[in-house]
Amino acid sequence: MNALLKQLTEVNGVSGDEKAVRLLLRDLIKDHVDDYWADAVGNLIALKKGTGESDLRVMVDAHMDEIGLVVKSDGSDGTLEFDKLGGIDNRTLSGKVVHIGKDKIPGVIGLKPVHQSSIRERSAVPSDLRIDIGANKKEEINGKVKISDHVAFVSSYTELGPTAIGKAFDDRAGCAAIVELLRGERYPFDLYAAFTVQEETGMAGALVASYRVKPDVAVVLECTPAYDLPNEKDVSANTKLGAGPCIYVMDNRTMHDPRLVKHVMESAEKHHIPFQIRQPGGGGTNAGKIQQAHIAVPVVTVGLPGRHAHTPNGMISLDDYKNYVKLADAALRELTRDTITRNS
Amino acid sequence: MEALTKKLVEAFGPCGFEDEVRDLIREEVAPYADEIEVDQMGNLYALKRGDGSGLKVAIAAHMDEIGLIATHITEEGFVRFTNLGFIIPHTLMGARVRFADGTLGVVSRDKARFVADMDKMPGVDQHFIDVGASSRDNCPVKIGTPGVIWQTMEVQGSRWIARCHDDRIGCVIGVEALKRLAETPHDVYFVFTVQEEVGTRGAATAANRIEPDVAIAVDVTPASDVIEGFPMQMKLGDGPGIKIKDMGMIAHQGLARLMQRRAEEAGIPYQPEVLLVGSTDARAMQIAGPGSAAGAISIPNRYTHTTSEVVDAADVENSVRLLVEILSKPIAL
Ligand SMILES: [Zn+2]
Ligand SMILES: [Zn+2]
Repeated sequence: MNALLKQLTEVNGVSGDEKAVRLLLRDLIKDHVDDYWADAVGNLIALKKGTGESDLRVMVDAHMDEIGLVVKSDGSDGTLEFDKLGGIDNRTLSGKVVHIGKDKIPGVIGLKPVHQSSIRERSAVPSDLRIDIGANKKEEINGKVKISDHVAFVSSYTELGPTAIGKAFDDRAGCAAIVELLRGERYPFDLYAAFTVQEETGMAGALVASYRVKPDVAVVLECTPAYDLPNEKDVSANTKLGAGPCIYVMDNRTMHDPRLVKHVMESAEKHHIPFQIRQPGGGGTNAGKIQQAHIAVPVVTVGLPGRHAHTPNGMISLDDYKNYVKLADAALRELTRDTITRNS
Repeated sequence: MEALTKKLVEAFGPCGFEDEVRDLIREEVAPYADEIEVDQMGNLYALKRGDGSGLKVAIAAHMDEIGLIATHITEEGFVRFTNLGFIIPHTLMGARVRFADGTLGVVSRDKARFVADMDKMPGVDQHFIDVGASSRDNCPVKIGTPGVIWQTMEVQGSRWIARCHDDRIGCVIGVEALKRLAETPHDVYFVFTVQEEVGTRGAATAANRIEPDVAIAVDVTPASDVIEGFPMQMKLGDGPGIKIKDMGMIAHQGLARLMQRRAEEAGIPYQPEVLLVGSTDARAMQIAGPGSAAGAISIPNRYTHTTSEVVDAADVENSVRLLVEILSKPIAL
């Protein structure tokens, strides 16, 4: 059992409410870094000083937040209305167990039963969903939950042979990888670890972190959707489970730096680490904000493929995870000023 | 300028892969600039120093062009792709593609021979590129390889027809203005930016770096003088547009008035521009860092974002003259 992944994915940290994740991460890293602090928006930044061989300032980013919900009604009819935080498909919501607020009040997202619904209702995307916390009227809810409470999905980390199922691999897998990097040997350069907030709602944390840290190079560690189940003939998957960590070239937010893309690929080849190119196209990571927060920063994203992304039950390959950490470590160790020096 | 335009529009430079264009521009500006720099995103800065009495001015033209990037190679060796910047799907059928490694291809679409489907416009994802491969294994293009729609430049009378006047013509105007600018009170940064077509990304970081007082983009604007053209007034050959407003920004009105006044004093024709769609690097430079007084010189361009964009040589010449007028005199806002 990967204890780090279990711990980090089972803690709740919906966008805007990352405190529990931040506290856990702080405890996980504090004996392995030279300094750490939380900034004004709630990012946890840690500095692992280098050996002094290189004057580069390198930042590695993973976001602490996960998708979730927020309560937006006072429950006068005994149920709670909610809004979504992050990209969530309504089709994935009904029947899911959730925890509301600090006290983790349990609830379930309800739907009209199959017995009572028409075929037309059943073939439509459900709207108007509510969280049921088992109260019959407002008085019974009173005090337990309030408008603006964050709502997290409940899902426990489970390993199934070569894979693991759980919530929030996006992006606690990245957080876990950074914890492992920080626990390793010093790098030739000062490494700033940025555990950032509010990625799923617009990447506010990364923008602030990059502006403050002003790195020379940044590497984003993400969990990347893998839609590789049997589907149409002769199409490429965004990424495939089990084919190794993926390297980003282009997405909606970022043209990942071609020099760094090449560098990461070369590190993978040199160390015989399997990797895949993440299919160019939609989506986005913190890389864009980091690149453009202030003066241009060369960025690249390395992703761990994860099936069923943005649902309460994602799936990753544990081999991919090992190779993801290995690749991030190797690519960082081999980073030099030359990697980002232009010949023209 | 015609020769330089030909050189630049026939260079490879989709968003994020502007190296070839930058090398060419760098060669052109090197003898005229006091300082040259390239930043980490690939923006090129050519600084012309002033006499110390003026402002810090940024002139921005983007080096990148709309392009595409391979997303899948089919079993038969055809290349699927997605767009870099806004590609109009109607322009794809039969177009030629040049990939980063020089590989040429031809675009077609799924079900191209079914007349019944002709009135439906498939998206970019329903097109493919034939590079002469017969299988995935012998296809020279790999997932992640960038490409551009390929065309040479042709000249007919005063009309220059080319695939990416947007915004190589702006680069040409920037280069030429630098060459002609004998003396200026201002520290003028000619910035040749990257990644405009995917969201003015290079310009934002460039403005953060320079922190200019005044930022002027030089970019194309759709000429509306065609059959049922854009609902705006912009005629090919009637002079550069002076930006009042577009979808992304309201120009600094004092700067816009000053630009108009300089045009009038020098007898340069111009057209006030109010653009309903699109924007330029000026949008990003206006609000980056501490902010700047921003405006734009817009070159009327027919058929923007197609394989055959058309500008008029007189508009190009007048844009250079206008830019030199603005830069060689004091700017009081
Ligand atoms: Zn994520
Ligand atoms: Zn343009």
